[in-house]
Amino acid sequence: MANFEPKIIAFCCDQSGYPSADMAGALRLNLPKNVQIVRVPCAGRVEALYLLKALEKGADGVILFACYEDNCQYLRGNLRAKGRLSYVHRLMEKIGLEKERIEICYLATNSGVKLAETLERKSKELKRLGPNPCVDRR
Amino acid sequence: MKAGSNLEKILSKGLFAVTGELGPPKGNDVSVVKRKADLLKGYVDAVNVTDNQTAIVRMSSIATSSLLIQMGIEPVMQMTTRDRNRIAIQSDIFGATALGIKNMLCLTGDHHTFGNQVDSKNVHDLDSIQLIDCVRTMRDEGTLLGGEEKIEGKIQLFIGAAENPFADPFEFRVVRLAKKVRAGVDFIQTQCIYDMKRFKEWMKMVRDRGLHEKVHILAGVTPLKSGGMARYMAKNVSGIIIPEEIIDRIVKAKKPAEEGIKLCVEQIQELREIEGVHGVHIMAIEWEQMVSQITEMAGLLPRPKVE
Amino acid sequence: MIKAEQKPMEEILKAIDPYKKILLSGCGACVTVCHAGGEKEVGLLASALRMARKKIGKPLEILEATPARQCEPEYAQDLSELIEKVEAVLSLACGVGVQTLVRYFPKIPVLPGVNTTFLGETLSHGVWEERCQACGNCILEKTGGICPISRCAKQLLNGPCGGSSKGKCEIKKEADCAWQLIYDRLSSLGQLYKLEEMIPAKRWGVESRDSGLRRIIREDLKI
Repeated sequence: MANFEPKIIAFCCDQSGYPSADMAGALRLNLPKNVQIVRVPCAGRVEALYLLKALEKGADGVILFACYEDNCQYLRGNLRAKGRLSYVHRLMEKIGLEKERIEICYLATNSGVKLAETLERKSKELKRLGPNPCVDRR
Repeated sequence: MKAGSNLEKILSKGLFAVTGELGPPKGNDVSVVKRKADLLKGYVDAVNVTDNQTAIVRMSSIATSSLLIQMGIEPVMQMTTRDRNRIAIQSDIFGATALGIKNMLCLTGDHHTFGNQVDSKNVHDLDSIQLIDCVRTMRDEGTLLGGEEKIEGKIQLFIGAAENPFADPFEFRVVRLAKKVRAGVDFIQTQCIYDMKRFKEWMKMVRDRGLHEKVHILAGVTPLKSGGMARYMAKNVSGIIIPEEIIDRIVKAKKPAEEGIKLCVEQIQELREIEGVHGVHIMAIEWEQMVSQITEMAGLLPRPKVE
Repeated sequence: MIKAEQKPMEEILKAIDPYKKILLSGCGACVTVCHAGGEKEVGLLASALRMARKKIGKPLEILEATPARQCEPEYAQDLSELIEKVEAVLSLACGVGVQTLVRYFPKIPVLPGVNTTFLGETLSHGVWEERCQACGNCILEKTGGICPISRCAKQLLNGPCGGSSKGKCEIKKEADCAWQLIYDRLSSLGQLYKLEEMIPAKRWGVESRDSGLRRIIREDLKI
């Protein structure tokens, strides 16, 4: 358990998450190990199923990076993402899985620092929560 | 004479009728019926017996009405369509008339979710207008609803219904009353009145259609005990309108209960003057002991004895 | 269409508890429209159930399928290959779909995963409301197209009760009084005269839901 590095899937949209991740890289900010970035054109492209499947396939946590309300280039993609997240949260509660494992984080194009800090915070949080209890561990 | 009841005789003689109301006990304690009946006897021409009002289970209206007859009081048996299908309704009418009940009030009934058996199945096989039509068919044609089965015996009932001039849509209320009249209703009792202006508007619409000559209208009144009661009723009971001035009057009074009685008496006197109003229906909910005082102060005593 | 809602998770978990391999079958028709049992919901529920069972050390294998309509012989029978491989079926179709599978697959338990609630209209995305109770004799012509059987809490046929206030039903503040709606509609159509005639008592026991199991047979269509 001492060497538990939580596996985090970060969905990053083209308007906010992805450029911020780029910026974090350019600034050589420290990101936690074991983070996998999944690029999407908009947070609204993320189906509820992707969030849940990420956990089913072994992730310990998921962050959905989206644009601030009113800033979505596709108008309401971020609102759709929020709705899908709340559906997934309800399912997780019912099966006894911690809601905190999946969260949504709002940022802008140049939020490199916020992205890095959020991932760092998530990693610490997941270390406290422990590994995903719903997968086989070797 | 449709049934020859005391109420019917008084109304057909053109005398101003007075009816009261009695809620049966939530069980089979007959002494409750006796106590309430004693408070009303002699002060009214007939007593309405409610039928599982607000969908709370109480002693049946038919049984309670029968007890009232034994105590020397004429009942108006209320029947809702909420709990009984047409088989039970017609069967109960056979029984009621066999027990000597001569007045019946046909109602829809409060929704079962208001009561203490919210899981029950909602019946409403008939609505109140179809119920009036059913009773009239049994009485005037001597058959069951549908006209096929001949009834053994004669069903004689003075048929009543309720109307609410304060419910919406306002314009439709008179149309609905006209439908009830065509279906065969003999008398109407209204929901309790506080908004005199609206009631007078409604009565005008009633007269414009000539309905005041086809059905006896008894205006409903309920004495207010306190400002709290007034506010509660105005806010929570659908279909009751209490103007601000009236609520204020009770709230500001030094003795609210006394003021409430005074107001009730004034209302009765004002209602008597309205063309087409043939009587008053006093609903003193859980305050039956005041009926004697109200009728006295309003100059309604002694009640006439008719042959 | 038919509206349904997913059953509580505890109920579903309890029902599938004895099994190790099941088919989770959705339906591409009504339950897809009301987001209770379409392909997406099948995927999400399957994922959640797998994780829930792994968590308690009782793994569950779930096959997924979403036939176009679970209530029709051809589509139901198409599931036979998958059904051969499993111990039970958890169906997210309405009650009709569940019973259709029961008819074609009599040897396998078919469990309902949704509660079929009512026949309704989509008011907006995510909001559905009851509109019809399949009473068997439609009187919408007399009531301006607004149904008093499904939308009046007391199924009144001759006007509102005394509890209609400011256009709302006395038992549910959110519910419009059906008779106010009927009145307004007929008024705007200039057809208020339709409300003057008494609508007679409904023949529940003969042409409606109390007449026993209802059936329609079209001889001309029986090939």
